[in-house]
Amino acid sequence: MTMELSRLSRRFTDFAALDDVSLSIAPGEFLALLGPSGSGKTTLLRILAGLDYPDSGGVRKDGRDFLAAQARERHVGLVFQHYALFRHLTVRENIAFGLRIRPRRTRPSRAEIGDRVTRLLKRVQLDDHGDRYPSQLSGGQRQRVALARALAVEPDLLLLDEPFGALDAQVRVTLRRWLRELHDELRLTTVFVTHDQEEALELADRIAVMNRGRIEQVGSPEEIYQQPATPFVCEFIGKVNRLTLSENSGSLAAGEWILPDDPWDGRYRQGIAYVRPDQLRVAVPPPQPAWTARLRHVYLAGSVAHLDLHVASLDQAMEADVASEDLARLGLQPGVELRVAPRRAVLFPLDDDSGQPVARDRSTWRPPDNS
Amino acid sequence: MSTMTAQRQAGWTRRMGHGVIIVLASAFLGLFLLLPLAAVFVEAFRQGVQAYVASIGQPEALTAIRLTLLVAVIAVPLNLVFGVAAAWAMTRFAFRGKALLGAFIDLPFSVSPVISGLVYVLLFGAQGWFGPWLNAHGVKIIFAVPGLVLATIFITLPFVARELIPLMQAQGSEEEEAARVLGANGWQMFFRVTLPNIRWALLYGVLLCNARAMGEFGAVSVVSGHIRGLTTTMPLEVEMRYNEYDYVGAFAIASLLAMLALVTLAVKTFLEWRYSDEIAAHAPGGH
Repeated sequence: MTMELSRLSRRFTDFAALDDVSLSIAPGEFLALLGPSGSGKTTLLRILAGLDYPDSGGVRKDGRDFLAAQARERHVGLVFQHYALFRHLTVRENIAFGLRIRPRRTRPSRAEIGDRVTRLLKRVQLDDHGDRYPSQLSGGQRQRVALARALAVEPDLLLLDEPFGALDAQVRVTLRRWLRELHDELRLTTVFVTHDQEEALELADRIAVMNRGRIEQVGSPEEIYQQPATPFVCEFIGKVNRLTLSENSGSLAAGEWILPDDPWDGRYRQGIAYVRPDQLRVAVPPPQPAWTARLRHVYLAGSVAHLDLHVASLDQAMEADVASEDLARLGLQPGVELRVAPRRAVLFPLDDDSGQPVARDRSTWRPPDNS
Repeated sequence: MSTMTAQRQAGWTRRMGHGVIIVLASAFLGLFLLLPLAAVFVEAFRQGVQAYVASIGQPEALTAIRLTLLVAVIAVPLNLVFGVAAAWAMTRFAFRGKALLGAFIDLPFSVSPVISGLVYVLLFGAQGWFGPWLNAHGVKIIFAVPGLVLATIFITLPFVARELIPLMQAQGSEEEEAARVLGANGWQMFFRVTLPNIRWALLYGVLLCNARAMGEFGAVSVVSGHIRGLTTTMPLEVEMRYNEYDYVGAFAIASLLAMLALVTLAVKTFLEWRYSDEIAAHAPGGH
């Protein structure tokens, strides 16, 4: 089951929820739509579910027009953010709903429905909760009932809208792992919407990062994290230090940090550099170029320590991550001065006229002699 | 010691305050509600049970009861359908003029019932806009049963919709969307998901609608023409008997209406007590 989404646009009265979005979904893959609220990810999901329609563009499933089918004919399972369980029905009745409403020809017998519900209850680990009502369940349990209800109709495509959004942190992590295992077992094509980059990076085979109704980048979690294609992706995924590059005696530089080789051969006079905290070296030996930074605070977070730095020459705060065990070895105490420089950076030039970043001229920088 | 006394004093004063307020409220209620209600029954039975039964058994009384039931049987179901449709439109769709529709639903509450009746006379009466045409085709609306039904529908229009709109707003449409994605068609979605979620609020609305439909006086009085045995509903029959100094007869019919009110009140109280979260637009419990 391959799905081709081509050039989808959807306008609401005052903004464009989707703006020329194209995407293909491979059979059996686990795809995350990641973006901030208002980026159009939920609209895209609702269009796939048949609850909303695009103003233009199309969706083809195995070559057939998917949008021509009504919601009820699409064989899609949808799990809502707030579960949307039928409050007047028990857990068993909720799960059986999609089967019971089928026309007589295609409806399984009462016994078959009962069997299937029992199997699904076991699968979502709620064997002895079948006769309860949704209001008697915890958030995590409701979520699993919603999933069982969606799976009961044996969909070709499973859609999850912020599946863990309303759960507390611990339940969220457990349920996340469980969902990943379930997917590995069923190999059901799954699309889920999230604003939580950690969730997307951990769960998905592929991530589509969305911003203002557009897809900024599609790729594996590694690609998204290591090779962000646009400034937005750099800033949205993980933490990042943002540096302004400007021309200084013939080459681009941010303070003491000078790019010896101009990646754009002098075509641009300004740029931005993104450096992740774990890509910022502290204690850089001379003569390599480096900034002098004052260590303001150390936040110990288990095996990693976050360093809160201030670079006087740029008048800018920076963050660096080091292994906790290196703290003592490097003498990292608040107040000390350190020589810091990037180990790796993602660069975007700024257009001379508009001042906007030019994503297609992205470049990755590494030190010439990475010793 | 002195603080103890002061506290006791303060507590006593507070309890006194509570007592005074409760007595005042009860006295007010008794004077303006319970006493008149009791008076209705006392007057109705003043000349004994036989006179009471005989006066209700009179043919005009029976036709008035039958007519009242007929009007309610037509008006209430129509307003049930309208109320559900209006609430659905108001809470599930975005469209131009939605605020206007909301205002129109409330109109019968803000217009004097007499005016509501007059409007129909103006439209369908012999001298009204459509009067000559109706007359030519032999259709009689004013001073006939259709007029009574129309006026009653107008008066009771807001009850069901007003009950459902806040509830359906609070419940949102996610469950209905879930049903659609699971394969339900429109009817299945409505009867298996929407209706069970709104059933008690709907019943509550219908109850209020019915009480008003049977008890309405003003609007019905204008369009009725007071033709005894033909266009007098129970409230009109009460007035006519009273004007004819038939006090036992008037209060006998009034006692029936009062009983209807009491039954409505009892069922309403029960619904409020048992299903309060499904009637008022409180946060839905099973979210």
